[in-house]
Amino acid sequence: MTMTTAPTTNRARPAPLAAVLRTETRLFLREPGSLFWILVFPTALMTILGLIPSFREPDDALGGRSVIDLYVPVAVLLAMIMAGLQAMPPVLTGYRERGILRRMSATPVRPSALLTAQIVLHGAASLGSSALVITVGRVAFGVPLPGQAAGYLLALLLAVACVLALGATICALSRTSKVATAVGSVAYLLMMFTAGVWVPVQTMPDLLRTIVEFTPFGAAAQALDQAASGSWPGFAHLGVMLVWTAALGTVSTRLFRWE
Amino acid sequence: MAIIEVDGVHKAYGGRPAVDGVSFTVDEGEIFGILGPNGAGKTTTVECVEGLRVPDTGTVRVAGMDPAVDRHAVTQLLGAQLQESELQPKLTVREALELYSAFYPRPAEWRALAERLGLDGHLDRRFAKLSGGQKQRLFIALALIGNPRVVVLDELTTGLDPRARRDTWRLIEEIRDSGVTVLLVTHFMEEAQRLCDRVAVIDKGRVVALDTPGGLIGGAAGSTAISFTPSEPIAYAELETLPGAVSVDVTGSDGRVVIHGTDDTANAVITLLARRHITARQLRVAEAGLDDVFLDLTEQAS
Repeated sequence: MTMTTAPTTNRARPAPLAAVLRTETRLFLREPGSLFWILVFPTALMTILGLIPSFREPDDALGGRSVIDLYVPVAVLLAMIMAGLQAMPPVLTGYRERGILRRMSATPVRPSALLTAQIVLHGAASLGSSALVITVGRVAFGVPLPGQAAGYLLALLLAVACVLALGATICALSRTSKVATAVGSVAYLLMMFTAGVWVPVQTMPDLLRTIVEFTPFGAAAQALDQAASGSWPGFAHLGVMLVWTAALGTVSTRLFRWE
Repeated sequence: MAIIEVDGVHKAYGGRPAVDGVSFTVDEGEIFGILGPNGAGKTTTVECVEGLRVPDTGTVRVAGMDPAVDRHAVTQLLGAQLQESELQPKLTVREALELYSAFYPRPAEWRALAERLGLDGHLDRRFAKLSGGQKQRLFIALALIGNPRVVVLDELTTGLDPRARRDTWRLIEEIRDSGVTVLLVTHFMEEAQRLCDRVAVIDKGRVVALDTPGGLIGGAAGSTAISFTPSEPIAYAELETLPGAVSVDVTGSDGRVVIHGTDDTANAVITLLARRHITARQLRVAEAGLDDVFLDLTEQAS
């Protein structure tokens, strides 16, 4: 690397992958829309619900917990859905559509570096948003921190992996950004429902809940809820997320079209 | 010495051949043009050279390496400007140059490159806000940023205004003068004639001619056009039998004669006129352009 006298080589130069990640981070921070929906919206929604006095009251029907207690994990999942299904697919398909991946194919760096950077960034943003939701829930509304922290973190990471794999699958299967946005929106509404945004999974009728528990976010909602109340999340729920992540991850890497 | 060798390359899409047995070699230090009508297979051919596509049959070598196999090594010595590729819309010129220079082990100094390409005043401008000419200059910069031995420029000047096109031509000559081999894809004859040391004319996936621009023009039938308005009519048959004459046309109400032929034809015309004591008003002897050659070649093929 120091064979030449060109000035750039005298300074420490970033490794290619670090340079890609740094550049994509800058670009990510230039998307106010995505930043709002991923980082602000989930906490804002939880705050609005938390301002309704009756939602802060313990409810016997909910096992002595309040509605806002149940909504903290829901808002966490909402952040992930926003990042993985709303924000990420149009970016990745746009990179393909505009020939950005193609241009990168003609360099020594593989275009997969660009996709990986975007996936990592959206994952990191949703985890950051989750931390914000949990903190605001604790400080503003006295929602207890997760009783089983390690289990909560595990469920959180699995849920992020799952939503990113789902987002990547949507990109792999969509020919254009428009299709990706449309498919993403349908998946997004479905995932919001199964995550319990409208009706918390814990309060769904038995049959519906059993079905929803087999979806990635139904399982995630249950796992997070169990870890929040202090027990280790059920292996069945973790297993459901793991299987979805593995299956979707395989589908997306197999089917992704580079151009 | 050949730095690019393309030998018998075939590439079909869905059973329809896009490139149908193309062979040529490019010597180190030359500007080699690939000329042809739209859809002739020019881009597919250079994409095989860039390693973006793998030929169905035939071989491609860049500095002795197969771009499809030694992809990493080839991308380090070959810079590319692709047709219809973009960058991230919100990426600035500076960021693009910094990012791409991080991809190569021995990059060029990007500030000097930006200055040479007239981009130094737009470093903070985002890609989406650049004009067509600025985008093309940025893509030239990115093609050169790894200090390549070869650059492939695919329809670089398409969509540029005449001034920007001429500026770009000067840049391409400068690139060659700095020792970099240039493979230039174009459908502008004027561009090939002005820049290229040698030109391969591709039509329907095949090389229909390969020579210097001068050689192509000289070798084509009817490459010299002789035109004049005679002071009195000359028999058509007499003109047609002149040595080397390919075509004779009499146009306009003043009976202007246009003869396509060779240098011999021009001499014979002047002798004939002198012998008959005919005055030729507005006598013009012009060499045909690559345009005529191109139309000639691609018509023959069809």
